[in-house]
Amino acid sequence: MNTEARTLLLTGNHAVAWAARLARPKVVPVYPITPQTPVLEKITEFQAAGEFDAEVLTPESEHSVMSACIPASLAGVRVFTATASQGLLLMHELLHYAAGARAPIVMANVNRTVASPWAFWPDHTDSLAQRDTGWIQYYVESPQEALDTVLQAYRVAEQVLVPAMVNLDAFYVSHSLEPVSVPAQALADAYLPPFAPRQRLDTASPSSWGNVISQDMFFRHRQAIEQSMAEVPELAAQADRAWAELTGRSHGVVERYRCDGAQTVVVTMGSMAGTARDAIDAMREAGQAVGLVKLRLFRPLPVHALRAALAGARDVIVLDRNHSPGIGGVLHQELRAALYGMDGAPRIHGCLAGVGGVNVPPEHVARFVGEVLQTEPQPESHWVR
Amino acid sequence: MIDNTLLAVPRREDDLLCSGHAACPGCSEPITLRHILAVLGPDTMAVVPPSCMAIIAGPQPFSSMRIPVYQPTLEASAAAASGLRRALDAQGRHETTVIVLAGDGGTYDIGLQCLSSAAERNENILYFCLDNEGYMNTGAQKSSSTPRFAYTSSTPAGKTTRKKNLTEIMAAHGVPYVATASVAYLADLRRKVAKAKAMRGLRLITLLIPCLDGWGLADDGALGAARLAVQSGAFPLVEVEDGVRWTLNSETPSRPIAEYLAVQRRYRNLRPADVRALQGEIDEGWARLARRAQASMPAAAEARAA
Repeated sequence: MNTEARTLLLTGNHAVAWAARLARPKVVPVYPITPQTPVLEKITEFQAAGEFDAEVLTPESEHSVMSACIPASLAGVRVFTATASQGLLLMHELLHYAAGARAPIVMANVNRTVASPWAFWPDHTDSLAQRDTGWIQYYVESPQEALDTVLQAYRVAEQVLVPAMVNLDAFYVSHSLEPVSVPAQALADAYLPPFAPRQRLDTASPSSWGNVISQDMFFRHRQAIEQSMAEVPELAAQADRAWAELTGRSHGVVERYRCDGAQTVVVTMGSMAGTARDAIDAMREAGQAVGLVKLRLFRPLPVHALRAALAGARDVIVLDRNHSPGIGGVLHQELRAALYGMDGAPRIHGCLAGVGGVNVPPEHVARFVGEVLQTEPQPESHWVR
Repeated sequence: MIDNTLLAVPRREDDLLCSGHAACPGCSEPITLRHILAVLGPDTMAVVPPSCMAIIAGPQPFSSMRIPVYQPTLEASAAAASGLRRALDAQGRHETTVIVLAGDGGTYDIGLQCLSSAAERNENILYFCLDNEGYMNTGAQKSSSTPRFAYTSSTPAGKTTRKKNLTEIMAAHGVPYVATASVAYLADLRRKVAKAKAMRGLRLITLLIPCLDGWGLADDGALGAARLAVQSGAFPLVEVEDGVRWTLNSETPSRPIAEYLAVQRRYRNLRPADVRALQGEIDEGWARLARRAQASMPAAAEARAA
């Protein structure tokens, strides 16, 4: 088989579209929204050129997009879509519905501020506000990682019948251009077997989905979802290793960067991880024992992997590019919960950095670390810029 | 001319609607569904949003319909049916009929946006609106299908505005087929279902389903009210092809609207002036339909010649 990869100069959005093409979904409902629109445009371009054999629907709203995705998936075909910000929020009801229906849809979400007022900048509040909907959530740092993660997400989602969201930051990832290795179709096919669920909506064997159920059935249904979610961190790690064997690229579930001997560890997600890498390099250069943990899988939260990655650190500094009024940074609070009760748990500090898309250059990260280490850990997050 | 073969009811064992379903006693919705499914056959999938039909469909693990049923959220039937249709097409299952069985709340109100979009895309789905003129499943609140002056639990002094005209709205989209039908005119209903089944694209049939409780009818009053609705012109039987060819399938109203109103407790507080106003609406609506049907005749004749 032809396994030659091509290197193309792609934005994060076009890398996502290439990943969708390689995954061979059969139904793609999609609605345009800045800054996701180039994903839609590229997919329709592929289809018009005869290179993408899928039913593409363009309904009147993201709400209808997700409404179409769910029964299409239940009919037994692979489904893809992409959205951002307000579109994701409009889907909210259906995100719950998809997870309840055990429909392993994969969706790319371009993280953008949530109105009001209107803005278009990178901010994770849109997807973090969906953390209780029952979707697997990945956060990626680069166009290459976006492509790799969409394919990995399908592999994981279809094993456990849980939908998956791949989040990429507005502009920093969605519109930044870099050389991306696009694997051959044969390689993607070998990695991702055809979607063949055991059950599907089929007139040859009539069954139904959605009818009213009893309290007891609902309770057991939620337990079953939790059991499937619990399998995800290990399956995600396996999917990443299998991808590495084929392509040489691994991103991990939780990535440790220069953490050996680190007294202080910065924890963040998405494009901020790339910035933090440079900051860590500079601080290491200056003799500071600082490392980085990049959280790539946010839901389910890989608690054991996080504890292992942070064991031995004295201070953990969380950089949140999101804002939950009344509590501060979402990742900060998640980390506090994840490490609570851990033997020798590190002290956890939270920084609201880059909220609303404010630029956070590497030297700022180094400064935040210096400033925060002067303070005692607080349950609240610090506003820093 | 009534074709009696159209009235054949399947043997119980072949019936796609099982006995023991959860409809209210005396409701005409199950018999309407029974005839629809008898015409469509088993290679059919239904999308059923929250509505009386979702109750009739039964609680898990039971299902009163011997076809696959997907229950979407209330506002999303046409979008869900579109997704299901495309998934079947992607699998080469072009012959399977995808239907929607939605209420008027899920169609006229919260589901209209996605229905309009599905119509604009001319999705290949057959949409049935089971119109009982209100949110009857939640205790009879008004919808935009509730007629003027009708009492509901959210319009205790009577509704002040007119019923939305779904047929006109859908016809304006230029979809292949829009029709109204009634279980009181069974041959016409079954002919329309068979005709719609043979067509492709978005097809919509609105069925008036008198609600015993919500309308305040006698326990055995459903079919009588359905018949009076047609005879009085409150619910004319029509079909519209490609948004332009209008055909009237019911006779010129032969009964005053007052007779239809009199059997329903939801109109018990009407003043004579209100009845006259409603009669005026009926007359005006019928005249408009008659003009449309008349104007369509040359086009219909041309279509037949072609």
